[in-house]
Amino acid sequence: MWRSCLRLRGGGRHLLNCPRGGLTASRGPVPKPPAHARAYAPPAERKRFYQNVSITQGEAGFEINLDHRKLRTPQAKLFTVPSEALAVAVATEWDSQQDTIKTYTMHLTTLCNTSLDNPTQRDKDQLIWAAAKFLDTDTVCCRVEEPETLVELQRNEWDPVIGWAERRYGVKIGSSTSIMGPSIPARTREVLVSHLASYNTWALQGIEFVVSQLKSMVLTLGLIDLHLTVEQAVLLSRLEEAFQIQKWGNVEWAHDYELQDLRARTAAGALFVHLCSESSAVKHKLPQGADSGWPVGRDPEPAFLTPFLPALGRAHLVHQVCAPGVDPGHQLVLPIVDLQEVDVM
Amino acid sequence: MAALGSPLRTWRGLLRELRYLNAATGRPYRHTAAYRYLVKAFRAHRVTSEKLCRAQHELHFQAATYLCLLRSIREHVALHQEFHGKGERSVEESAGLVGLKLPQQPGGKGWEP
Repeated sequence: MWRSCLRLRGGGRHLLNCPRGGLTASRGPVPKPPAHARAYAPPAERKRFYQNVSITQGEAGFEINLDHRKLRTPQAKLFTVPSEALAVAVATEWDSQQDTIKTYTMHLTTLCNTSLDNPTQRDKDQLIWAAAKFLDTDTVCCRVEEPETLVELQRNEWDPVIGWAERRYGVKIGSSTSIMGPSIPARTREVLVSHLASYNTWALQGIEFVVSQLKSMVLTLGLIDLHLTVEQAVLLSRLEEAFQIQKWGNVEWAHDYELQDLRARTAAGALFVHLCSESSAVKHKLPQGADSGWPVGRDPEPAFLTPFLPALGRAHLVHQVCAPGVDPGHQLVLPIVDLQEVDVM
Repeated sequence: MAALGSPLRTWRGLLRELRYLNAATGRPYRHTAAYRYLVKAFRAHRVTSEKLCRAQHELHFQAATYLCLLRSIREHVALHQEFHGKGERSVEESAGLVGLKLPQQPGGKGWEP
């Protein structure tokens, strides 16, 4: 009798869904399980109920439309993102769902929902504090003493990253083999906290997420400063595990499974940080040497990403470059290849 | 240590991932918003005279990150389907593993509804 009671409905699939912080990316309430269900009944998976996913621009930002309905967050707020690239990526996530909606694959959507709803109600300082807390037990700073090959591997792989971070921010981080972890000087902490404070709230959600996945502040800084790729950062975070896999063998259904999951989450977090923390404007570089530049800086508030040349602007530039003395109203028909001479930055 | 590789490789990888994503829906991937956006972004950043163009590097980094995201999600779901997606065996199958068969009880077991 006890065996049939322990059998799970729908197999064990739903145990492996890991909602982040109790948050699911699904719209609306989950359908209730029927009354005669067992003690544990996982929620039924939502089927894909829409055909088309499209993006529209509202007054607060870009919105996602599933068929004709607007996408909403779990707390029923309207889902708006400041950046078009982020909106396109989220729409692609929703569009890639087949048959059932697997919310555990939609990392960007989940991050946007967390930023919009802020269910734990954390303000900027709390997010910075949560991220900086990892500095005391940073993965790349905690070293082993034996076996010798692992010690050397850690030294060869992790020391350059720490050196880069120390040079980049002008701080001392160091590493330690003691059980208490590295001792981070207060000045280091101040410098890094003030650096984090220059990001807006959305980007900080992403940063805190990446730090908690990689278990390392230094690796996250390397990732957001474009020093490390996602694959490299994940490998460095899992260095000891990679060492043991090399020695004892790889178990695909555990090691590879976790590796791909970690890569997906880290990539989503890193992309989210970059897309939420940049603003760019297009300035045409004219051959007279007048002016140039693509000011890519960090805004205090999220701004739209507009890397595109408007079609009109391109035509205008061609006129200026190729015929400075000619009346701009003069119609010039130029082959496409002439655009190569134009410096666009 | 930014071993990004060549932009062409990233671009090809992105196209492949978009193709996989749209294979099931049947719609050609060239009509998706993601494809159009990527084409515009890559074209806009292609022409520059600077040897070390920061914006170009940033775009390539973001593209490589997005490629990593799509690729790892696809492989994670494939691994999940293959190893963790089957659920538990039924009681009949488990009994069959050790060569036993469940008894047939035409009246049903006493405790089942």
